Amino acid sequence: MRLELGEIQISDVKLSDCSKVENGVLYVNTEELRALLLEDEDIASVEFDVVHPGESVRVMPVKDVIEPRVKVEGPGGVFPGMISKVTTVGSGRTHVLRGCAVVTTGKIVGFQEGIIDMTGPGAEYTPFSKLNNLVQIVEPKEGLKQHQHEHAVRMAGLKTATYLGELARSLTPDEVKVYETSGVAQGKDLYPDLPRVGYVLMLQSQGLLHDTYVYGVDMKQSLPTILNPTELMDGAILSGNCVSACDKNTSYHHLNNPVVADLLEQHGKTINFVGVIITNENVYLADKERSSDWSTKLATFLNLDGALVSQEGFGNPDTDLIMNCKKLEAAGIKTVIITDEYAGQDGASQSLADADAAADAVVTGGNANMVIHLPKLDKVIGHPEAANVIAGGHEGSLNADGSIDAELQVITGATNEMGFNRLSAR
Amino acid sequence: MVKEIERAGIPVVHICTVTPISLTVGANRIVPAIAIPHPLGNPALTHEEEFQIRYNMVTKALKALETPVDDQTVFDS
Amino acid sequence: MIRVVHYINQFFAGVGGEDKADFAPETREGAVGPGLALNAAFKGEAEIVATVVCGDSYFNENLDVAKKAVLDMISAQKPDVVVCGPAFNAGRYGVACGTVAAAVKEELNLPVVTGMYTENPGADMFKNKVYIISTKDNAAGMRQAAPKLAALALKLAKGEKVGSSAEEGYMPNGIRVNFFEAERGSTRAVKMLLAKLAGKPYTTEFPMPSFDRVAPNPAVVDMAHATVALVTSGGIVPKGNPDHIESSSASKFGRYSIEGVEDLTDATHETAHGGYDPVYANADSDRVLPVDVLRKMEKEGKIGGIYPYFFTTVGNGTAVASAKKYGAAIGQELRDAGVQAAILTST
Repeated sequence: MRLELGEIQISDVKLSDCSKVENGVLYVNTEELRALLLEDEDIASVEFDVVHPGESVRVMPVKDVIEPRVKVEGPGGVFPGMISKVTTVGSGRTHVLRGCAVVTTGKIVGFQEGIIDMTGPGAEYTPFSKLNNLVQIVEPKEGLKQHQHEHAVRMAGLKTATYLGELARSLTPDEVKVYETSGVAQGKDLYPDLPRVGYVLMLQSQGLLHDTYVYGVDMKQSLPTILNPTELMDGAILSGNCVSACDKNTSYHHLNNPVVADLLEQHGKTINFVGVIITNENVYLADKERSSDWSTKLATFLNLDGALVSQEGFGNPDTDLIMNCKKLEAAGIKTVIITDEYAGQDGASQSLADADAAADAVVTGGNANMVIHLPKLDKVIGHPEAANVIAGGHEGSLNADGSIDAELQVITGATNEMGFNRLSAR
Repeated sequence: MVKEIERAGIPVVHICTVTPISLTVGANRIVPAIAIPHPLGNPALTHEEEFQIRYNMVTKALKALETPVDDQTVFDS
Repeated sequence: MIRVVHYINQFFAGVGGEDKADFAPETREGAVGPGLALNAAFKGEAEIVATVVCGDSYFNENLDVAKKAVLDMISAQKPDVVVCGPAFNAGRYGVACGTVAAAVKEELNLPVVTGMYTENPGADMFKNKVYIISTKDNAAGMRQAAPKLAALALKLAKGEKVGSSAEEGYMPNGIRVNFFEAERGSTRAVKMLLAKLAGKPYTTEFPMPSFDRVAPNPAVVDMAHATVALVTSGGIVPKGNPDHIESSSASKFGRYSIEGVEDLTDATHETAHGGYDPVYANADSDRVLPVDVLRKMEKEGKIGGIYPYFFTTVGNGTAVASAKKYGAAIGQELRDAGVQAAILTST
């Protein structure tokens, strides 16, 4: 499969009365966009704001972050099964608005939404402080159930990203990157001497506010399956919002999966990147056993020599992680896992809920329990009082002066388990 | 070394001077010795006295082997 | 100027080797031996005001008395920070450094740092109690160790925030500390996988908690009819060390017949161990490997018999992985031979 990714660099985002991209500036017609989003009867109001790197502004509670994209050649459209039809994506040509993102906020849905600071110590921990973000504050109709609320906010984010992506359809990209993967058998012929490597991508699937969608399918209802790496770049996998903010894989993470990027970088040079095995993190032990059996079975079908496993979330998913690792290793597949830690505020506790000697190659995204002080910023977009209830915060996290004392957990993407960041721990 | 002998299914007693190391290493039955260069002897004594001390220590070691233990145990009395 | 007191053993103080290991503690003014390299690494920010010297055997055999004497000497110098060693792979020195460092921290409430090789038994015993800079296994590693010891000692003395083990060079101590790596996690993971696939060394960022304990075997029921095997890490070998077992970092273990041997004497056996004063073991190897008393017990009917071979190696500076291998081989033979019990002696 061959995908061209045409990148258009966005240096600024401006609210306007006409939507367009001009000289690297993304102009957003807020009236038109608002009207589009208010077609959803569950949404009461939508407001927009723009935040830039270095600004003294905090966005919270953040639900999802999405990068605008558009399919310009080849089958299907972006966000298949959610926005576009379910046609298989990942080939042809896709345009991306780089350097910007859509950030959704508004009244809290659950407990597990996050904070993005555009400056100060908090900004160092979230990758989204480096982007020009269109923030949309989506408020639900009164009396809306949680799952309807989550659905409305999720779809509003995807609609906006699609709307903005359309603006890139006829633009000439600043740079075109080509990603080409081989079929299972073809790869063997092309790279007979390179180790065959697969990526086992674990997706949160623990129910409301923890779900992940693959071509529109709730992953908890699926058995592990195989994807071509380029399918992810067209939005085949999308976040169903929430999970502890620090180790939630936002839709932006799925679109820009760093493991996929780094494995493709090595493809044909040091390894033969065979494919992506996606699996779930369900709440029943039988599901965990079955899914980890299947991910290993698929890895064996693909004749893998090595596997990289990334996790999402923590706690009982640590068991899924260890099961995957143990079974892959037992099948003779050399495995490296990426996780993060909950070692307590003092760093002295047991980091993972489960452990096994087979997990002898671990990359960590850091200790999510580390306490951080987020100073008062000039402006807060959204609902600052959510600091007292989101995961990682506590009653009293929000201080009278507007500063916040909480665990690193509260920061969106801080300890990402796809290895998106440089943060680590020893 | 002591742990691997234990793992092979042979009850083993570790006679050593620096018992904390033995505990860290993972021995289960530990009998403290006299000194590092002469764990089962004392050159300051007569040959007969020294023999008696060694005899007593090995007796203690055999007792340790005859004693059921659940966890790491130092036989120091 | 930050005042530093340095603790070292008799060897590094130039007093002497194993023959002087019973050297009682004393204070010397200023820096001695490895202290000179430390002083240089302090770059004028701190100075070693005194060095406390103690023999390794003296310290370990007179633990309470020695510890108190050393602590009194250290506190008399009113230091801002204390440095112990580094002990490299000298086992008793490592244990002494760890013991002194832990006591300085707990009893004197002073900041302290020590250093040693990761397989030094003192490392496992004390790495979760005090900062232990990871060093090479021999004194040639002082050049790399001195700047790390000095940097951490200065930070501790000034009360500055201590970074992660990976940044500061101390052994992971169970306290997880966040820091920013040079590369993102996915890139580190791919590199780790490439190394693992190629069978090259790599370091996991989170070692799984170690539960490596072996459950005790059931007690020996009928000692009077049991065959007992003798094993030692004290290096007892037939005179002349026929298999040339190394005095340190042994690459093998020996298996020698003691069939019909009633008593080990200076004419028949000696020690190959280079980590302790060999005089006593060379004069009478029964002091390490009690063949004489076991023969008596055999005659008295207290044990059924002695396994006709004894097993021996040198524990000094020997890698854990090697010791494990030797132990497994010995265990296998004993099991196959139907031996009911083993006595392992260490020096």
